[in-house]
Amino acid sequence: MLKLPIFLDHNSTTPTDPRVLEAMLPYFTQHFGNAASRNHPFGWRAEEAVDYAREQIAVLVGADEREIIFTSGATESDNLAIKGVAEMYARKGNHIVTLTTEHKAVLDTCRALEKRGIKVTYVPVESDGLVDLQKLADAVTDKTILVSVMFANNEIGVIQPIKEISAIAHAKGALFMTDATQAVGKVPVDVEEYGIDLMAFTAHKMYGPKGVGALYVRRKNPRVKVTAQMDGGGHERGMRSGTLNVPGIVGFGKACEIAKNEMVDDAIRLSRLRDKLETELLKLPETVVNGNRERRLPHTTNISFKFVEGEGLMMGMKDVAVSSGSACTSASLEPSYVLKALGLSDELGHSSIRFGLGRFTTEEEIDYAIETTTRAVNQLRELSPLWEMHLEGVDISKIEWAHH
Amino acid sequence: MAYSQKIIDHYTQPRNVGVLDKSSPNVGTGLVGAPECGDVMRLQIEVDAETKIIRDAKFKTFGCGSAIASSSVATEWLKGRTIDEALTISNMDIVEELSLPPVKIHCSVLAEDAIKSAINDYRVKNGLPPIEQAESVAVSAR
Ligand SMILES: Cc1ncc(COP(=O)(O)O)c(C=O)c1O
Ligand code: FES
Repeated sequence: MLKLPIFLDHNSTTPTDPRVLEAMLPYFTQHFGNAASRNHPFGWRAEEAVDYAREQIAVLVGADEREIIFTSGATESDNLAIKGVAEMYARKGNHIVTLTTEHKAVLDTCRALEKRGIKVTYVPVESDGLVDLQKLADAVTDKTILVSVMFANNEIGVIQPIKEISAIAHAKGALFMTDATQAVGKVPVDVEEYGIDLMAFTAHKMYGPKGVGALYVRRKNPRVKVTAQMDGGGHERGMRSGTLNVPGIVGFGKACEIAKNEMVDDAIRLSRLRDKLETELLKLPETVVNGNRERRLPHTTNISFKFVEGEGLMMGMKDVAVSSGSACTSASLEPSYVLKALGLSDELGHSSIRFGLGRFTTEEEIDYAIETTTRAVNQLRELSPLWEMHLEGVDISKIEWAHH
Repeated sequence: MAYSQKIIDHYTQPRNVGVLDKSSPNVGTGLVGAPECGDVMRLQIEVDAETKIIRDAKFKTFGCGSAIASSSVATEWLKGRTIDEALTISNMDIVEELSLPPVKIHCSVLAEDAIKSAINDYRVKNGLPPIEQAESVAVSAR
């Protein structure tokens, strides 16, 4: 039986896998110790659990467990990596290279550093959302200490050429950092293979709990250091103070273990369902997919339904939870900066819907989503003066609209 | 943020969707907003030449649910009023009627602009001076 509402917004967060929850529960009540308590079994038990989780996480990304620093999530990991490198390597240089389509956790961290005198270059992306390697290489200078490029984009799911980008950074003596929040646990991510020096990721995007994340910090070739952004008891090799969130970390570890075992099968199944959804929705006229369709996450698609406004559309897609790049969903009244960075008009940005499938998504749910979305788009087009003008052959861009 | 029952009602069963003959001297058309801003509203009135009473009103809106509901409410309220009475409809009446939250007030402003713009179009067509209004009104090239 189909249960409503349907969650197709897995890029925003994911449900905690019941197996993850089960692994976590004892660490709230029975084994509640502080992992930093060195002198009694309560502490030992907690520490053991943290060590085990650290290994489960390290194994998933091809790291050494000593290279995993626990944080409260990807936002904190991004802050720690970027600010931490800027401070630690201040004598080496003062320049950071990143993309215009990064998550706010990276962009706003860079903006904050600019106020402290760091130079930041925001490299634009091409119309398919991927960075042109030559443009990236041209942005890197002798003064560049860090190149930070996201693994997979949260809005359109495109996967950047990470191996090539890290090679460019390293050739110029810069460190390479990636925000892999959307990629880890969904597609294979290996820090050795991709030449990653620092990597931010988070449990709640991969069927783990919210409020726990990690920063991978390379220990050799080269040994990378970051200046702590949180002062205190010197936990996590001095890079991140604060009592560890033991149940959360246990859950994060379990989530990584499950992902390691099931990621490939999930990806095959979900990309088939995603392709079905996309193929059916593209049967609607004046409908386009945003971003590169080959190099992207298996469970994500971002579609613009022209002449229909995204928030209005979501209201019509009752019982199907998705998200939109429309300004009407944001406080700023600006449509998605990611879609704008691809060169999409504001109008197309307003008309975009992101679908994010997940481990528990069924074919029945996808069929329902196809039907509901199709119906809602058709209904709203009946209501849309722009659709009517389009049918009459009026060029909407030629109309002199008054701007607020 | 959940939608109010009235917004949902007007969104799912919008009143007076459609078109009136733009070229008719009895029809006033207001086209406001801009596609880049995510909202475009077209509101039309058909006015009785003798009594100046609005006989019919139609709309089409590209925008969020609140914008659609605001224009739907506006058309309901316009019918049966004279064009002078219609000018007294304010966006705050719509906000109240639909319980719009603060972030959605601009959707109701758009509806008020659309009403004024339609009335002005009618007035100008019929040799009356236009009334003062905010400048956020589209100049149709059609
Ligand atoms: C690419 C990317 N980076 C960072 C974050 C922030 O993650 P967290 O919620 O764990 O702070 C997100 C999640 O929205 C994301 O998609
Ligand atoms: S039309 Fe944008 S919020 Fe209503």
